[in-house]
Amino acid sequence: MDNFKKIKDLFKNKKPNPADKIDITRKRFRWSDFIAEKIIKSVAFLSITIIILIFIFVFRESFPIFNFAKKEKPKTEQVSNTQEQYGVETTAPEKQEQYGVEETTAPEKQEQYGVQTTEDTTKGESFTPQEVTESGSTTDNNKSALKTLPTKVWQPVSDNPRYGLLPLLIGTIKITLISLLFAGPLAILAALYTSVFAPKRLKELIKPTIEMLAGVPSVVIGFFALMVMATFLQNLFGYDVRLNSFVGGIAMGLAAIPIIYTITEDALTAVPKTYYEASLALGASKWQTAFFVILPAATPGIFAAILLGIGRVFGETMIALMATGNAAMMGLNPFESVRTLAATIGAEMAEVVFGDTHYNVLFLIGSMLFIFTFAINAIAEFWVKGKLMKKIQGK
Amino acid sequence: MKNLKIHTENMYLYYGSKMALNNVSIEIPENKVTALIGPSGCGKSTFLRSLNRMNDLIDSVKIEGNIFIDDINIYDKNIDVVNLRKKVGMVFQKSNPFAKSIFENVAYGPRINGINNNNELTEIVEKSLQNAAIWDEVKDRLHDSALGLSGGQQQRLCIARTLAVNPEVILMDEPASALDPISTSKIEELIVQLKENYTIVIVTHNMQQAARISDDTAFFYLGELIEFGKTKKIFTNPDKKQTEDYITGRFG
Repeated sequence: MDNFKKIKDLFKNKKPNPADKIDITRKRFRWSDFIAEKIIKSVAFLSITIIILIFIFVFRESFPIFNFAKKEKPKTEQVSNTQEQYGVETTAPEKQEQYGVEETTAPEKQEQYGVQTTEDTTKGESFTPQEVTESGSTTDNNKSALKTLPTKVWQPVSDNPRYGLLPLLIGTIKITLISLLFAGPLAILAALYTSVFAPKRLKELIKPTIEMLAGVPSVVIGFFALMVMATFLQNLFGYDVRLNSFVGGIAMGLAAIPIIYTITEDALTAVPKTYYEASLALGASKWQTAFFVILPAATPGIFAAILLGIGRVFGETMIALMATGNAAMMGLNPFESVRTLAATIGAEMAEVVFGDTHYNVLFLIGSMLFIFTFAINAIAEFWVKGKLMKKIQGK
Repeated sequence: MKNLKIHTENMYLYYGSKMALNNVSIEIPENKVTALIGPSGCGKSTFLRSLNRMNDLIDSVKIEGNIFIDDINIYDKNIDVVNLRKKVGMVFQKSNPFAKSIFENVAYGPRINGINNNNELTEIVEKSLQNAAIWDEVKDRLHDSALGLSGGQQQRLCIARTLAVNPEVILMDEPASALDPISTSKIEELIVQLKENYTIVIVTHNMQQAARISDDTAFFYLGELIEFGKTKKIFTNPDKKQTEDYITGRFG
């Protein structure tokens, strides 16, 4: 404040008082700087802490699955027996609808549905394991559940629950791939168009419009996919199952487009204009410049955009619930129904018995989503930035 | 007498309603270095950029009058701007190598012209880098990023990149303004060598540089071409007083 006054005096052509000289010998403690820095620091650490706490919570809830230190009953034979039976059952496609019904029911109705599902097979055999599982302790349940994790059947609510995560995993990967194949090129090319080719006015129209799509709630996109897109695409391609990973993938692509578009567009616009000029001055046409100079120069940003898109699709729950058919099926056919990891949590968490094996498995799925997202980011960080970038942009 | 490469007739250029070039008529000879001098904002860079129609990128620019290169009016409706820029290359004030390897930077021009044969590309790259006097410094790290080079090296790389498309005219917009004296002298030597095969037009703020390397000098002031003639004459015995004042540092 003194200094400020001195400067004012200087401008008024007054001679500054020699006693007001700036003193640099005494170190001053600046409160405002100190407080501001601490606040920013604590906020940053708070967000990291929250993420870590969420992860710890999710993982802790899923941990009992792996914990079976107590005595074991030699029950494995029966379990493996029934596994085969149910494996046969689920491969019959007409059964899919029934499973969907099954899963939404409350656990106390188990008996009834147990009857339903076993109608197809021989009744006598399938009733025995039901009694065994009900009499067994939670640890035993966990132990048998752990064994079913890497199998192909997701059937958590039944006499003899199976928690095969493979179909969920494959379904999620399938959907992610389909939506990225749909949204990636579309969003990147749209971004290239707006940042390089479009006249300024058109750009000001297109960009906010696409970004507005990001504001559409996913339940609305899911509703649109369920009611309109599913029928339209079925008529167009003529496949059998109306709700499948293709419809779901396209719908999630719609959700991912604005994210990929916005970040790609920013990355492309951030490429120095001098690159553009230099390329044109070498006699390159506009599209050559766009594809061979501007796009490669923006690769880090574009990869970040795609990663965020993957994150969005990977964790998307509402659209997956509404548009994918929710049948946990293995198989690479894109026109089959699938059930994603996130949708499974969304659909079943509200119905599950607290502390039950099923409950734990759902949290295990949650941890898996966490771990996969981390893994994708890590791979991108080390491989894309390390190797691929060197290839494109030189060492 | 000398062969004309570029000449303009009564050229006017406007940014919106502001006049940037006022009735410029100039005749630039082939295989010579022509320097454009003048204070900042006098229109010399604008003039340079209109020679390969880089001003087209700015929406508000309007040009009247004629610019001829090899007696072809380059602002004619039927002119292919992409090929014009192959013929008239440009080196910018700020070195602007692409975010690619050194090799790819130079190979980019030939590549977009349809040369995909690797041996041919390697040959062109080597020759261009040699002609730009940077080969010895980069020959062992052709596949490293061009952004890791020093400022002077980057600028010579940009010159090599321009040479690789084999233009007839090279426009240089203050190519040495951000470089240290050693890099500058290297680029100056290079320009003098290059004039054997190319017509060079160079904008510079450095009076000594213009005197050292150019054959002809044009002095621009407030959008007008005040004086144009042999460099020796302009620097020793200019016709106009404004030119003399500027060269001796009495204004601007």
